[in-house]
Formats: sequence, structure tokens, C-alpha cells
Amino acid sequence: MSFSVTEPSPRQKWIAGILVVGYALITMLPLLWIVATGFKSSADSIAYPPKILFEPTVEGYVNVFTTQTRLSNEMAQEPRENLPWYEQLVREKGNTIVGQSRYTERFFNSVIIGFGSTFFAIVLGTAAAYAFSRFKVPLKDDLLFFILSTRMMPPIAVAIPIFLMFRNLGLNDTHAGMILLYTAINLSLAVWLINGFIDEIPIEYEEAALIDGYTRFQAFYKVVLPQAATGIASTAIFCLIFAWNEYALAVLLTSGTAQTAPPFIPTIIGVGGQDWPAVAAGATIFLVPVMVFTILLRKHLLRGITFGAVRK
Amino acid sequence: MAENVIDRAARATPPLVAQKVKGLSDRAIAWIFVAPTIAILLAINIFPLIWTVYLSFTNFRVNRPNSDIEWVGLRNYERILGDPDVWITMQATAHFLIWTIVCQVLIGFTLAYLINKKFKGNDLWTTIIVFPMMLSPAVVGNFWTFLYQPQIGLFNYIVGFVTGADPSSFSMIGEVSLAPWAIVIVDTWMWTPFVMLICLAGLRSIPDSIYEAAECDRASKWRQFWTITIPMILPFLMLAVLFRGIENFKMFDLVVQLTGGGPGNTTTLTSIDLKREAFEKWRTGYSSAYAVILFVTVFGLASIYVKALNKVKQR
Repeated sequence: MSFSVTEPSPRQKWIAGILVVGYALITMLPLLWIVATGFKSSADSIAYPPKILFEPTVEGYVNVFTTQTRLSNEMAQEPRENLPWYEQLVREKGNTIVGQSRYTERFFNSVIIGFGSTFFAIVLGTAAAYAFSRFKVPLKDDLLFFILSTRMMPPIAVAIPIFLMFRNLGLNDTHAGMILLYTAINLSLAVWLINGFIDEIPIEYEEAALIDGYTRFQAFYKVVLPQAATGIASTAIFCLIFAWNEYALAVLLTSGTAQTAPPFIPTIIGVGGQDWPAVAAGATIFLVPVMVFTILLRKHLLRGITFGAVRK
Repeated sequence: MAENVIDRAARATPPLVAQKVKGLSDRAIAWIFVAPTIAILLAINIFPLIWTVYLSFTNFRVNRPNSDIEWVGLRNYERILGDPDVWITMQATAHFLIWTIVCQVLIGFTLAYLINKKFKGNDLWTTIIVFPMMLSPAVVGNFWTFLYQPQIGLFNYIVGFVTGADPSSFSMIGEVSLAPWAIVIVDTWMWTPFVMLICLAGLRSIPDSIYEAAECDRASKWRQFWTITIPMILPFLMLAVLFRGIENFKMFDLVVQLTGGGPGNTTTLTSIDLKREAFEKWRTGYSSAYAVILFVTVFGLASIYVKALNKVKQR
């Protein structure tokens, strides 16, 4: 390797590496603690000093998916051998399962609303971004800036008129209402990001296609779309994560049928007091998909979180 | 540019090929493509905004739909701006904003500077550091209340372990003096990676040749840092501050889960206060005026800031 004045010395690299790894480990601690607490028994979860080594149990996971009640005396006497493993686990704590909890339902609400709003935001956003990028749209810059400025509103401020509007239209606490709302919010992100991605595709490709006899529409979906596919895919993941994580509007506009997981998870309580292993189990299942997406996204991360303002 | 692609293509091609360029006109396609987006934005963004402005001049209350809506002029605005409680929440918001930005810029920049030393595996560790930022603030914020529990909480235990204090002797979210810092700590934990990523992009955009030239002129490393690194990274830092500023001015989910605005009013940020007025006291007209004030504030400050940012960029 040739000598370079800008290349840090091996010693500098070591020090930098140790400091960064140290920070990473500290910053991961709360997340690791969530995962670990999910596998603790309720006694272990509130032990002092906090337990790092413990006997893992799936109690928390059973609790988050079920509703339970105290065992009656007769039931406590029953033989347990023939019961399913989760019922045995619960009975050891003196409880019995009486039904499914709302968690699964809330989780799938998140999935439906997340994917639904992402789909519409991406379809509409791609079309609008293509038009903004390739055609002369009157007031283009103003429109783009306006689209961005809608994100500056505090969500609670947005919620006031939306709440009234949805109430008049019967959209409060419905999947359709939430999908519509998140689509509108994600559209701004989608238009901005995809606009940037399409701008990067040389216009000559399309011109060549047009000369070859493609119509404008064919040129769009046969030339531009495949070129922009990775960009659109990462934009979609950003939209999905936003809808997945959104709390303020969800907590105000949904209460039952269409409630998503973020407003629900903090309300998980067990038999007698907050059941932290169950909360942690519910949180783990909810957070892990986002971590996987983060790894997939790492190349476009910066662009997504800054609305395309910083490209790398 | 884009407007006359067809024209250019048509001019450049023989008549036979040009005949094949048909289908919808560009103008029609542009409108078909943009119209749905504009329609949704009009319905979900513009219309509600106008409605909010209208409501802000009335005494409308959602929970009393049958009483007459009375036009009260600027009374809502006067009441909000004259209310000492509102100013207390503004102060709480300012405290939160300033300290989160200071902490995040310092830690985020330092991390980016270290990662830019390009040690082995820096990509992997960057991705790990980024995790907290991508997660649901409400869910994570809720779990932090567990970490902050006196005695059994991990945070208190570690602080006790390091400083020798009794872990059950303090409650980060229960004490008036500590709660404002409790929310700063969690927000910093969550969003430092954001500032770090932007700084990292800034550092990587500085060409090596500038440092090489400085080295030829025998500028010390210290001097290189202050005369090359800092000025070149300033636009990036300012952008990061802009984003964090807007986001934290809107802050709701994380803090409402952590402290719920308490104890007392110590962590009642404006969004939390607004939520109480609008959805607990149901003072719709009043809270609409509140929302308009917040929007004008954030929009005004952001516009001034962007002007400053552009000046720095042009330098």
C-alpha cells in the first residue's frame, strides 16, 4: 500500500475502534435488555440486583398471547400431564388460560395498515415523482416544498381536524381511515425520495426508448421503473417503518378495531401489576422486523431519514 | 430539458420512426400522474389545515356538538399567549430541544469522526449503533420506564454501580429535578445515530487532497481540524440540527410514554399540552389556535434557519 498522509495510523484506528465498539455495546444494552426480559420469569425480571444470568422461560411469550385468570381450587387439583405445554406453564403460576389476548389482532392491524398505506404511498408517489422529475409541472418547486412542509406539523395538531373529519365520515377507528391517513403522510416522503432516485437515471435511456417506438408510458414502466427499483424498494421500507412505528395519531384515532401495536403494547398488564416479561416479549416480536429491515436498508439509510437531502 | 424530449426525439428521428411516438401526450401523462397525489394532499393536508385555522377563531367543543359555534375572533390566541402555563410548557420544550441537540451533536460528531478513522469492521458497528433510531419510540419509551425504576431498573443499577449511590435513592422519572434529564437521555440515546450518520456523510465528502495540501503546507493536525474539517462539515451539522429541531419540537410519543408529562408539569412539552387541551378537555377551538401557533412557530423558525443554512453552504 502506498503511503498516504490522510490514512490514520494503526494506533489511531485501534483507539477509534475501541471507543466506537464501546459506545455500540452501551447503546445496545437497553435493546438487549428488552430481548432478555422477554425470556425471564416475572420474579427474575424484577429481581435486585438485575439478573444477567437467568433460567430462560417462554412465560412472557405465553402471557402476551393469552388472557388468564386465577385457578380455582378444584382446577388446581386436576392432573396436568395431558394439558398442552403452555397451559402447564401457566398453571404452575396458579393461573389458567381463558382465551387469546388482543396482541395478535393488534399486530395484524399494524401489518395491514402498514402494508396498505405503504402500497398506496409508493404507487401514487412513484407516479408523482416521475412526473415531477421528467415533465414541466407548473409550480413544481412550490409543490415539492409544500409536500415537505406537511411533515412539519406536530402530529397532535394534525389529529384535531382529522379526528373531526373522520368522525363525520365514519372513518374513526377503521383500517381504511388509518391507511388513508398514513398514505397521505408517507406520500410526502415517497415523492421526495423517489424523485431523487429518478433524477439520477439518465434521461437518455428514455429518449432512446422513445426513438425505438415506445410510448411514453411504456418507457416509464419498461425503462425507468426497473432502473429505479432498488430506490423504490428502500423508500417502501421507510414508509413501512414509519407506519409501523407511528403512535401519536394511532392512539388518538383508534381505540379498538383498528388499533395498531404501538398504542397497545404499553397497555399490556398481567394478573396483578405490569407484566414486564410479557411487555418485553410483545415488544421484541414487534421490534425485530424493523431491525432486519434496518440491515437491509443500510446503504440508503441516510437518504431516507433526511428526505433525500443528504445522498451518499 | 425534460419538457421537449418528444420534440427532440421527433426532430432527431426520420419521419417514419417519429410516427410511432404516440400514445398520450406528455402533458396528459403528467396530470394523470400528479393528480391523485395532489387530491390526497388536498383532502388530508390542506383541507384540515384550513379547517383548523377556521376553528381557531371559534369556541367550538367536540363534546358539545349541539351548542352553537360562536365566532370569538382572536380571543383564543390572546388566551394562549397570555397563559403562564403555556409559557412553562414552552420552557420545558426549549430545555428539551437545546439539551438534546447539544448532546446529540457532540456525541454524534465524535462518533462519526472516530468511525471515519476506517478501522476494521466500522460498517458493522455503524449499523448496530443505528438500531435505536429505527424503532418505535412509544414501545421503546415504555420499556425505558422499566429501566428507570428505582432499585430494580437497569439504569439505576448501573448508575449506582458507577457512582456508588444507592440505586433506590433516586427516581429518574419521578423526581422534578431529574425528569427533564430523563427524557433528554432517552432521546439522545435514540437519535444520536441520526446526527452521526449525517456527520459521517459530511466527513466522507471532504476530499483527501485538501488534507494532503494542508500537510504540504505543514499545517498541524489541530489546525487542519479547525480550518478544514469543521468548516466543511458545518452545513451537514446544521442540517442535522434542523431535522432534530423540527422532530423534537413535535415530540410526543417518546415523552408521553416515559413520563406522561409529569411529575407536575416538568416534562409537559407543547405537544403533550396540546393533546390534553384537544383530547382530554375537548377545547377544540382553543387547541386549534394552539396548533396554528405551533405550526407558525416551527415553520417560521425553520424558514429563517434554512436561509442561514443556504448562506453557509454558499460560502
